[in-house]
Amino acid sequence: MSTLLSEHKQPGKKRIINIKGANAPRLLEMGLLPGTTVEIIRSAPLGFPIEIKVRGYLLTLRKEEAECVEIE
Amino acid sequence: MKNQSLTIALVGNPNTGKSTIFNALTGLKQKVGNYPGVTVERKTGFLNLNGVQHKIIDLPGTYSLNHKKIDERIAYQTLIGEYQHEQTPDLAVLVLDATNLDRNLYLATQVMDLEIPVIVLLNMSDLAEERGIKNDADKIQKQLGVPVLPIIAKNKKDIEQVKQAIAKHDLKPPAPLRWKPEESLSNAINEITENWLKPHTNLPNRAYPIEALRLISDNQVPDDFHNHPRKEVAQEIIANAQAEIERAGKNPAAAEVMARYDFIESCTKNGSTRQDEAETTSDKIDAVVTHKVFGPILFVAILLLMFQAIFSWAEPFMNLIDLFFVHAGNTVAETLPPGILNDLLVEGVIAGLAGVIIFLPQIMFLFFFISILEGTGYMARAAFVMDGFMTRIGLHGRSVVPLISGFACAVPGIMATRTIESWSDRLITIMVLPFMACSARLPVYALMISAFVPNENVLGFISLQGLTFFGLYIFGIVMAIAAAWVMKLFYSDGSSTPFMMELPSYKMPKWSAVFYNMFERGWIFVKEAGKIIMAISVVLWFLASYPKVDVPPEIANNPATTEASFNAQQSASSYKLKHSYAGQFGRFIEPAIEPLGFDWKIGIGLLTSFAAREVMVGTLNTIYSVGEEKGSVVTLQEKLIKDKDPETGEPIFTTLSAISLMIFFALAMQCMSTLAIVRRETNSWKWPIVMFTYMTTLAYICSLVVYQGGLALGY
Ligand SMILES: Nc1nc2c(ncn2[C@@H]2O[C@H](COP(=O)(O)OP(=O)(O)OP(=O)(O)O)[C@@H](O)[C@H]2O)c(=O)[nH]1
Ligand SMILES: [Mg+2]
Repeated sequence: MSTLLSEHKQPGKKRIINIKGANAPRLLEMGLLPGTTVEIIRSAPLGFPIEIKVRGYLLTLRKEEAECVEIE
Repeated sequence: MKNQSLTIALVGNPNTGKSTIFNALTGLKQKVGNYPGVTVERKTGFLNLNGVQHKIIDLPGTYSLNHKKIDERIAYQTLIGEYQHEQTPDLAVLVLDATNLDRNLYLATQVMDLEIPVIVLLNMSDLAEERGIKNDADKIQKQLGVPVLPIIAKNKKDIEQVKQAIAKHDLKPPAPLRWKPEESLSNAINEITENWLKPHTNLPNRAYPIEALRLISDNQVPDDFHNHPRKEVAQEIIANAQAEIERAGKNPAAAEVMARYDFIESCTKNGSTRQDEAETTSDKIDAVVTHKVFGPILFVAILLLMFQAIFSWAEPFMNLIDLFFVHAGNTVAETLPPGILNDLLVEGVIAGLAGVIIFLPQIMFLFFFISILEGTGYMARAAFVMDGFMTRIGLHGRSVVPLISGFACAVPGIMATRTIESWSDRLITIMVLPFMACSARLPVYALMISAFVPNENVLGFISLQGLTFFGLYIFGIVMAIAAAWVMKLFYSDGSSTPFMMELPSYKMPKWSAVFYNMFERGWIFVKEAGKIIMAISVVLWFLASYPKVDVPPEIANNPATTEASFNAQQSASSYKLKHSYAGQFGRFIEPAIEPLGFDWKIGIGLLTSFAAREVMVGTLNTIYSVGEEKGSVVTLQEKLIKDKDPETGEPIFTTLSAISLMIFFALAMQCMSTLAIVRRETNSWKWPIVMFTYMTTLAYICSLVVYQGGLALGY
């Protein structure tokens, strides 16, 4: 069962299954690949952007970008 | 290495320390800050090594060579030798962040595909060690086949090593495609290179693999491609290449990136270990700073503190400067024989300069605070916390940093919008940015407030003056928001734009850089303002002093003004000024500005302030000094308060007209430098003209409404 990263607000670690959609090239370059583990840290005051930790650094994503990330 | 002069480019991800290293190598003082996107332009400097002079280029940071933003494009164009017909650099110094090697190496593998000799620096080794990340430089060096050097940019010893590495580099380019694309991908690269890039484009050979890979992976190809006359040919070739990769069971959009990261992981797997499980200090700070509730509160509190401090902490220094100029004026007045030169120096030059330089302390405090915000890493957090609000008003989280810089000066603020990807977001940010109360407005606000707002406390501890001051900043912000919201209705491409932003770990600001920046900006202010003011005040002094007219005796003895000798003097000089050239001109435009509550003296000031806002204060100082008794120590504030209409005896300035004037200054576009930079950044005259017109019209209307409304309400 896979879900989108944008649907997760609870802190925790997740494994990426697939990256798709318009923002995929950027996300891939930033090191979010199928198989990579991401840690959801928190979300900003109005819900988005969210802050994640990937490959040891902190990255913020808007809803549209988080929707491109499919996780377990 | 032969004794040859090299061109060396500093390349890397944003915020990895490129500018820090650039400064260490060249001795220059490029701006450094702890957030991605500090450098948005190329900067060059020189390094002298064993008697040979090398040219060093500091580039904007980029995550990949598949450029999407202006600042990223500059880096790519420089590397492939397409930047303003310049040659490809002889050597690329890749600056990587050692705490985050995977993502940093991604760009490194791309640059190595360009057949440019490289040196790899693993910068921020101190932070890596602190966090328990161990990088095995030897192993990485073996895997990459290029020199790899772990360094700490602020260590002199390490910079010395970098120089050695440059000096003894053999300048052999690494072999491209060391990450070994698998067969279908490498066939696809060849096909596109042979059938499309070679025959149909005039790209340099070295760029072929990167260009081919971009065409394979990215469906959103750049504009220059869309405009190509033989686009259809290319599309077919690309489709074939993509099909081949798909037949091999790979996804063309991801094949390249995955292969590169596989290679990278093979470099770092045993070459570096990380223990990133423990919560760092940075994480703990973030738990508060980016908190859903405390985050926005903190943001507002920081701004509040900043403005309150500028207003109150700077005061003792301002008094000192004031004292200095009063004495300087008196000394000159007494030492030089009376005459034109004496008048010109005292009433023109010294009065004009004094009026502006007095605000130097406030400007330095402002830059001090902004440098600290930039140095700690808070700026990126502010963008994260505010993004939700910013999108709702039609801006972008990334607009926060340019807008805050706008408090200092709109010019660097407008430059900083280069980090915003979407053109419509960027344009709107540029168009509303000059509403942010820049440091040039400070002198005008400060003068008006200290003269016309009572120095009282509300609630016992907040000064009314400080509050008014803060109110003006808020007013600027609110107007910027409103303008952005309206513009979004007319000018929006409707697309959502990315907000992928790295949050750097917190760092202590580099104090030497903070103080340097503070003094540097202070000096620029004095120099720039000084130049314009010297020129304008000399001309103005002449226009305000000539022609000399005789004061009719009934004015000198006007009953309305005999109550104090000060007023008699005032009214006699006022008569002279009124009949001077400047006075005649001021009275000519008076009908247009009278409804706003301004008299002809302010009219003269307004006119000069369209060159630069701070000139207004110098102008008023000159106007009010002309014909005045020598050795007077009356401040400009007092002169403004006591200035009376000679006919009616009514004060010229009221609190209401002062507010009207401040509102005018808050909104009007009175800055040549801003218009020039908007012209440059938008590449057309249209936007600066639109900006000037809408802002100045808005200013006129708002001042009019406030003044007339205030009068109607009986103020
Ligand atoms: N601890 C530590 N901090 C460093 C080191 N090198 C640079 N910094 C800090 O890292 C931050 C970024 O430095 P810059 O030189 O502005 O980085 P840049 O690569 O030019 O950044 P952009 O222009 O945004 O691409 C600053 O706060 C520096 O003080 C280092 O070796 N160790
Ligand atoms: Mg830089």
